[in-house]
Amino acid sequence: MLAAIRRGLRRGALPDDQAMALRARLAAHPRQPIPARSRVPRPAQIDLFQRNVEKEFATLQRVPDAAAVPEAVARYLAAQNLPPSLAMAPHPELQALPWADHPMLTLREGRGQASDLVSLQHGYAGIAETGTLMLPSAAQRPATLNLLSETEIVVLRTSRIVGPYEEAWDLLRAERAVPEGGMLPRNIMFVTGPSRSADIESVLELGAHGPRRLHIILIEDDPAALG
Amino acid sequence: MHATSTTFPQNAARAMADASLQKAMARTKPMFPARRAAAVAALPEFEALRETGKQIKNHTLANLDFYLETFAANVERAGGHVHWCSDADEARAAVLKICQDAGARTVTKGKSMISEELGINKHLEAHGIAPVETDLGEYILQLRDEPPSHIIAPAFHLNREDWEASFRKSHTDLPADRVFHERRDILTEARTRLREKFLAADVGITGANFLIAETGSSVIVTNEGNGDLTQTLPRVHIALASIEKMVPTLEDCTSLLRLLARSATGQDFSVYTTFSTGKRRPDDLDGPDAYHVILLDNGRSAMIGTEFQDMLRCIRCAACLNHCPVYGTVGGHSYGWVYSGPMGSVLTPGLIGVDQAGHLPNASTFCGKCESVCPVKIPLPKMMRHWREREFERHLSPATARAGLRLWRWFALRPQAYRLATRAAAWAMARLSRKKGRFADLPFAGGWTDGRDLPAPEGETFFTRYAREQRAGRA
Repeated sequence: MLAAIRRGLRRGALPDDQAMALRARLAAHPRQPIPARSRVPRPAQIDLFQRNVEKEFATLQRVPDAAAVPEAVARYLAAQNLPPSLAMAPHPELQALPWADHPMLTLREGRGQASDLVSLQHGYAGIAETGTLMLPSAAQRPATLNLLSETEIVVLRTSRIVGPYEEAWDLLRAERAVPEGGMLPRNIMFVTGPSRSADIESVLELGAHGPRRLHIILIEDDPAALG
Repeated sequence: MHATSTTFPQNAARAMADASLQKAMARTKPMFPARRAAAVAALPEFEALRETGKQIKNHTLANLDFYLETFAANVERAGGHVHWCSDADEARAAVLKICQDAGARTVTKGKSMISEELGINKHLEAHGIAPVETDLGEYILQLRDEPPSHIIAPAFHLNREDWEASFRKSHTDLPADRVFHERRDILTEARTRLREKFLAADVGITGANFLIAETGSSVIVTNEGNGDLTQTLPRVHIALASIEKMVPTLEDCTSLLRLLARSATGQDFSVYTTFSTGKRRPDDLDGPDAYHVILLDNGRSAMIGTEFQDMLRCIRCAACLNHCPVYGTVGGHSYGWVYSGPMGSVLTPGLIGVDQAGHLPNASTFCGKCESVCPVKIPLPKMMRHWREREFERHLSPATARAGLRLWRWFALRPQAYRLATRAAAWAMARLSRKKGRFADLPFAGGWTDGRDLPAPEGETFFTRYAREQRAGRA
């Protein structure tokens, strides 16, 4: 196959200097032009994230601090007529929340199961450009929690909202110490709204195979983002 | 997949007489272009991004050997395996062996056109393994034993009543008096039925929208979440990808993703865009224990260095299908193989031969809409002309067409005679067809008019009208 490609390109294997240049490009992973829409001051960026989330049929609630999350979860479940029972990602930030104040909520930590009605996921980053969540898999953030439940709730901090996708890649590369050209987490999901299909007569229907509802609880932890 | 592209004119005639197909097409046809136009209008940088997308793909193709080797090394480093397959036979054998080694009984599948190219479902069935399509559109086509008619909306040709009839016929264990008042009822039944399949499957097979050399990742883009369930729940994940899906880096892929959903469904971004890299890590709570990439050539490397290389930039968004007057009239099945519309008319002769698919590049009005909406600026009409030249050079076109072209050449080289002859012909044809404005058949042109009508000239040639308007000071 490689020989056939090289025949088409009318050359042999790449000379060393050209291969070096390509390796340097991979190491530098240069950004291509980025749309201007998400290049706005922080408060406007958070608003853009929220507008795009809602445009894609997800819902979002802002809370002043982490301590307010369990109350917000309980109220959301009650409002949606859902049972007070959650499959929760075993993430330290979620484990540290004051769940004891809400003894009615039943939590099961672990990966997603087919019987889950509601999952609670830890949001790694939010992308304002299109209202997209970045959810890299890890022991603390199982991918099945994004897929099997009917309703997914994601807890995200405003300090983790970036403008374009490229800034989310930068976060991941820096924090996971991804060596240049190195290994990514096994699975990285970018999620924009709840699952849907337009396969029947090209008309959009929500609730295909993934969650039918996506709810984001946004902790306002970034002073620069407060308008 | 067995090709029926050689009978395109007959396929097309049948499609135009198919009331159910025409009903489905008439309703859904305008939807995609309107949605795309709205998404493009909302992103001022879209035109500039098309050029970016073209450059990324051109750069990758010019160094494809390097990027494929880099990709393979990074897949292996993440604990995955790459299978280099020159043709469909090798790829089918590789997939079957992985399934057999895993002791697989059922296999779930995400949407993949490469899977159609391989005809993998029939191959697995023949060896006692049950494949289950999980994309909603692909699922109903599997129930109906039909191929997809559109590369991103496989059941484009079906109406709601077709869905209801197929579900009633296939899901006989469900109450016969259940109601399908709304599309939602169909969706809910499919969700419940397929949930059992997702959980039971031993192997999950997906396609890949992109492969990333830098990280050894395969990328899928879906709205339903079926692709993610397919690649996350079973013990083994197989990604089917042709070699031109390669891009160098995450940033390059990101730029192409900005083009893909907008050009395809008119969404800013699809619901699920997922990057898979290798197998489950030691402390992961979920994910497959094995990750395989089938890297398929199947005729593509032979297009490199030819006038058809630009076709390998294609990111399979289907914008060209959605905007094509020919596709919109005859539907996807008429094209007779996996790919349809303008991209199919260029790619299919490259993959199965112009002797098999010569009709496809001839089935074009050359209106140019396909090229104008292509997110990576593929010159589709130009390449269709190149296939016509190849067909002529290889003496594959019919004798009357060749004689007609020779006659036209004689006149074209003699401007005086050309103007005289065209003026006479335009006048005569306009008078002869005064009532209908078109000809259903013409002497010596049966090969042309058998498959379509010829619009009648209005009675005046271009030269005459140009001269007249110039005299009037309007041109």
